[in-house]
Amino acid sequence: MITGSEALLRALIDEGVDTIFGYPGGQAIPIYDSLYDYRDKLRHILVRHEQGATHAAQGYARVSGKVGVTLVTSGPGATNTITGIADAMIDSTPIVVIAGQVPSPLLGTDAFQEIDVIGITQPITKWAYQIRKPEEIAWAVSRAFYIASTGRPGPVVLDFAKDAQVGMVDYQYKKVDYIRSYQPEPDIKPERIRDAAALINAAQKPFCLVGQGVILGEAEEEMKAFLQKNDIPAGCTTLGLSALPSDFPLNKGMLGMHGNVGPNRKTNECDVLIAVGMRFDDRVTGDLATYAKQAKIIHLDIDNSEIGKNVPVDVKVLGDAKQTLPMITSLLEKRKRPEWNAEFDPDAAEEYTKVIEKELYPTSGYLKMGEVIRQVSEATDNDAVLVTDVGQNQMMAVRYFKHKQTRSVVTSGGLGTMGFGLPAAIGAKVGAPERTVCFFTGDGGLQMTLQELGTIMQEKLDVKIILLNNNFLGMVRQWQELFFHKRYSATEMENPDFVQIAKAYGIASREVQRRDELADAIREMVSHKGPYLLVADVEEEGTVYPMTPAGATVTTILMGDE
Amino acid sequence: MEDRSMTTKKLYTVIIFSENTVGLLNQITIIFTRRQLNIETLSVSPSALPGIHKFTITTFADEDMIDKVVKQIDKRVDILKAYYNTDEDLVFQEIALYKLSTELFIKMGTVEELIRKYNARILEMNETCVVLEKSGHYEETQALFRELSETIGVLQFIRSGRVAITKSRVERLSDMLAEMERKLERRRNGNPING
Repeated sequence: MITGSEALLRALIDEGVDTIFGYPGGQAIPIYDSLYDYRDKLRHILVRHEQGATHAAQGYARVSGKVGVTLVTSGPGATNTITGIADAMIDSTPIVVIAGQVPSPLLGTDAFQEIDVIGITQPITKWAYQIRKPEEIAWAVSRAFYIASTGRPGPVVLDFAKDAQVGMVDYQYKKVDYIRSYQPEPDIKPERIRDAAALINAAQKPFCLVGQGVILGEAEEEMKAFLQKNDIPAGCTTLGLSALPSDFPLNKGMLGMHGNVGPNRKTNECDVLIAVGMRFDDRVTGDLATYAKQAKIIHLDIDNSEIGKNVPVDVKVLGDAKQTLPMITSLLEKRKRPEWNAEFDPDAAEEYTKVIEKELYPTSGYLKMGEVIRQVSEATDNDAVLVTDVGQNQMMAVRYFKHKQTRSVVTSGGLGTMGFGLPAAIGAKVGAPERTVCFFTGDGGLQMTLQELGTIMQEKLDVKIILLNNNFLGMVRQWQELFFHKRYSATEMENPDFVQIAKAYGIASREVQRRDELADAIREMVSHKGPYLLVADVEEEGTVYPMTPAGATVTTILMGDE
Repeated sequence: MEDRSMTTKKLYTVIIFSENTVGLLNQITIIFTRRQLNIETLSVSPSALPGIHKFTITTFADEDMIDKVVKQIDKRVDILKAYYNTDEDLVFQEIALYKLSTELFIKMGTVEELIRKYNARILEMNETCVVLEKSGHYEETQALFRELSETIGVLQFIRSGRVAITKSRVERLSDMLAEMERKLERRRNGNPING
């Protein structure tokens, strides 16, 4: 017989866990006590705030493909994880959050640090379960990992009452790989496969939207083979970035509000639109009433509730893209579509002249966000893991950072969580220790979870932090400039000396203001062994273009020359 | 209760089969709440299949909305199956209880006529009150309520949520469960499987 706490750790180990991001507290002390005996098997990374623990688990999961694990205490420990759980839900990230809970006899009594974790987390989890008896632990933990990692992945919460932590149990691992009411891999309908292939074969101008489902389903090679066989150009959603290498010839760039001009315009010019593992988010579609009305739409997704949710679909291909894509590919004709693919070139050229060249290769004025990102990308051989915060830094980074391999982008897509980046970068480095991790952030977002510099210090994590400092909450400022008559309400920031802050944490740091110092500073950062904060003082009123205003037609694209 | 004739939306009956676990009702109702859909009636009970509960929920919505709501419900891990029907596809019933004053009941001769007309029955009669029961569609139980209110007066009134069965041959769930069992059987190769 062992304690429930030890049973929890054994169950985690049996599920293949070797890393936990957490923060102890009153109702988790027995678990932490057991953890003391399992230090050789379970690496615990002590964050500085529980929100950071969930974002770190997300970053870990996104780069490694494994389930990220968070361990916190009850009450405020649990409520602090909410933002990360919600972020993981909307971005389909597999994490398991284990929260201590008051002893079960005290439940419902407003006991110290008691909160209704299940009630709070049910809307933002795939599954939330309260463990009240030590006998439930083996089952609940295995079920949690099965649910988090299968089908469309997502967060699971285990609310672990203290009496179950200290109670004794005869632990035996029980692998859950079947739940009667849960069918993570829907049956594939062969007629839909044939319908999809027939539409594509008959198409003159097919266009493919590549979403994160391709990465989550490990269907990157299947995706490439599909595109190549029929010579279909593709655009990636923000979360779908790195599913295709940046230089893959059929990869025409990013979709969405700040995406590339070609993919957005061609959405409304193609005759068949093939969406793979994406959910037609409003930041991708703009105005639905004018979105791709001319096209037949084929939607491949593993989640039945996503198909037809926002955009009416002509051919619904429910299933795991790793299986459905090759089935369709096998029915596709080998085609070359040079004229259609060439139609993206003028758009790319226009975007280059109006936006990209000025952003990436400026010769005068203040530093531009884009040029910093381009140079960091090049200095890391275009093969680093990109982590971003949210806002201008994010949109600039996803636009201009390049990728060679999959699982190279960690960003908060659906929830748009400022403060996500620094803890997510910690998780990404832990999940992919062999890779360089470059984290781009703004002065606003960095200060939302700044305390995680302490985690980087303690764990000696080699994270390269690039602060694009414009002393503004830049994206809100941009909207104020464009849509609110430059009334900069509450967006100007008086900032601390970030180099001094880094120094206080023992993190190497340098600030650059001048263009002629930038390359040297980046070289210094990349060659430095260990964490590094590069503060780039960029143009204060820089603007992310192109931009499709919220709710506008996808082809309404501002490029700063209006 | 809102005036049902005022709305342009249609009344849908959502039928849900679920595992019998704690917190499922909350998981279902938050999906309605998020879309500001008001639940008109709700009825929950064990189904014909052991361990499986059946929810019957009615709500006014347009079809596009109800389709999305049902898909979101169906997606929850502990939900076996959710679907929606309109009244034409269903046989459905509600039950209503009416508490009347015994004194007035005896004094007034009209109640017997109403009981006959509405095919209601007397469940209980004591010195203070008489309890009538009537099952039927909303309009029917409501009509009796109106007539009783206008004549003898109703001391207490309660109506259940709707219960409904589809007019098709069997519960669709049994087919689905059988298919899942077959799939599991095919997949099973000595691995222990726990739900």
